[in-house]
Amino acid sequence: MTTAATAQAREREASLSARLARALSQGPLHVVVLLICAVWLLPSVGLLVSSFRPARLVASTGWWTAFTPPFNFTLGMYREALSTSGMAQSFINSLFISIPSTVIPIMIAAFAAYAFAWMKFPGRDLLFVIVVGLLVVPLQMTLIPVLRLFNALGLTGTFFGIWLAHTGYGLPFAIYLLRNFFGALPKDLFESVYLDGASPLTAFFWLVFPLSVPALASLVIFQFMWVWNDLLVALIYLGGTPKVAPMTVTISNLVNSLGGNWQVLTAAAFVSMLLPMLVFFSMQQYFVRGILAGSVKG
Amino acid sequence: MANTLLMALIVVLGVPAVMVGYVGLVEWLLGFLPERHRPGVRPWLWIGPAVLFLVVFLVYPALNTAGISLFNADSTRFVGLANYAYVFTAQDMLIAFKNNILWLVLFTLLTVTFGLIIAVLFDRVRYEAAAKALIFLPMAISFVAAGVIWKLMYDFKPAGLPQTGTVNALLTTAIPSFQPQAWLFNPSTNNPGLIAVGVWMWTGFCMVILSAGLKGIPTEILEAARVDGANEWQVFWRIILPMLSSTITVVATTMIINSLKAFDIIYVMTNGNYGTEVIANRMYKEMFNFHQFGRASAIAVILLLAIIPIMLKNIQDFRRQEALR
Repeated sequence: MTTAATAQAREREASLSARLARALSQGPLHVVVLLICAVWLLPSVGLLVSSFRPARLVASTGWWTAFTPPFNFTLGMYREALSTSGMAQSFINSLFISIPSTVIPIMIAAFAAYAFAWMKFPGRDLLFVIVVGLLVVPLQMTLIPVLRLFNALGLTGTFFGIWLAHTGYGLPFAIYLLRNFFGALPKDLFESVYLDGASPLTAFFWLVFPLSVPALASLVIFQFMWVWNDLLVALIYLGGTPKVAPMTVTISNLVNSLGGNWQVLTAAAFVSMLLPMLVFFSMQQYFVRGILAGSVKG
Repeated sequence: MANTLLMALIVVLGVPAVMVGYVGLVEWLLGFLPERHRPGVRPWLWIGPAVLFLVVFLVYPALNTAGISLFNADSTRFVGLANYAYVFTAQDMLIAFKNNILWLVLFTLLTVTFGLIIAVLFDRVRYEAAAKALIFLPMAISFVAAGVIWKLMYDFKPAGLPQTGTVNALLTTAIPSFQPQAWLFNPSTNNPGLIAVGVWMWTGFCMVILSAGLKGIPTEILEAARVDGANEWQVFWRIILPMLSSTITVVATTMIINSLKAFDIIYVMTNGNYGTEVIANRMYKEMFNFHQFGRASAIAVILLLAIIPIMLKNIQDFRRQEALR
């Protein structure tokens, strides 16, 4: 029994020293990774600390002085941002706007990207170039013609209207990105499923979709975040009606109504950032290696 | 309340069902066509919804803009190319062109390089998701808040007074002889300073997409190279980089387009003053401050024309990818 215990202890020691050795050899990697993280985080830390400080101190002293006595911290700005009337409703509105405005463009873009990558039709290359070229159209130039159309169709101030608008604006990038990833899938995969008698529909949902999960996940992250943070499109097409206003509109009203009180904005920025970060984390599980494992001919 | 519940149902179930239903319907209808006609008709039905959206929301407004660019400020009189002549000679526009070239080179190079390095390095640590989240974080912050953040960073107080800006405070503490700088006013530091904000915000974007591409490289290929004695440096240059090339093109193209359209950061931080003007901010001013719709439209058309060379590069890549697979 004693020998078993010492053997066990020795084994533990060995694995510990092996782990230590690995950690040491990987040391420089960890140092670099953590250093990059620190540099990227520093500006946001400044804002985060400032959001807990009294407004008058933010303007007159550096944020790091908050860590020396007297420790002046307050939840005042968060209280102000969260207690604004209509904030709860506008959170729900933001969800009602962002979820379909993410699902619709990604699905429509996936259909188009599949056709661009794996179907042959006349004018395909030219059409694809035009799609990518549309990425450069400045949003500001589209507002007036589209608004005129929305007014004529009674779509202004409706969720449905803003879903359509975000779909239109999100499509060029979504098609561009997905075509690149769909196009990189090995040809043999398609040949073998078609030989098995699969239809293009089956190939799309059971082959292309599952194999492009990292690309789809990154698209979900970005499209959701862009729509969630959007102020311009919401202001123009929803027309500032509180019943349908998203959080960005409510927050910008709050900042303006307090006479350019941008300090409230620091708290509001962190509150409205929570959901996009949640989406980012929940999508991380799809960034996995080896999705294509075994599908490449050796 | 009942309304909210109904809306929630539509949002979560209705919308995805309609989307999947569309392709289901398309394939069901194609079943009625004779087999030999199906490959000719199918692509048009799959890209149909996308084309419809693009025409309404982007193509039609773009053509409208091109038309307006040939008219005077309130679109009542045809002026030919006069707006274009103005755009290419106005002092502010010339500064803007120069700055956009600086943005194009520095911003694109730095975001793509950092994005790639970070994607590859972070792939090797177990806390990858958390580390990536920190780089991604700036993207999730609204650009108005980002403006506040960087005003805190670049804030300037004359030498001798306690510095409230992070950058000046760090530098004056680290280097005693350092004179505090007015980063956003000084013409030699303000453009790089603004580009740094852009890089801080957009590197996360490049990282996420390049990371998605990296995960798609089959592990067998990397393992095979390592077994054959390749070191990590060679694996990166000989395998990872070539296999990521089409994704790098996508990311670089998106960043070039972003640099041409750079607006938010400049608008909130300097509004184009002190020699930091850019094309998109100029367009915004012509449109909303001066109500010069003709000139604003001419600037938008120039932006569209400026990316043609990049499009050609893309189509080349597109064809190469097809020939290789």
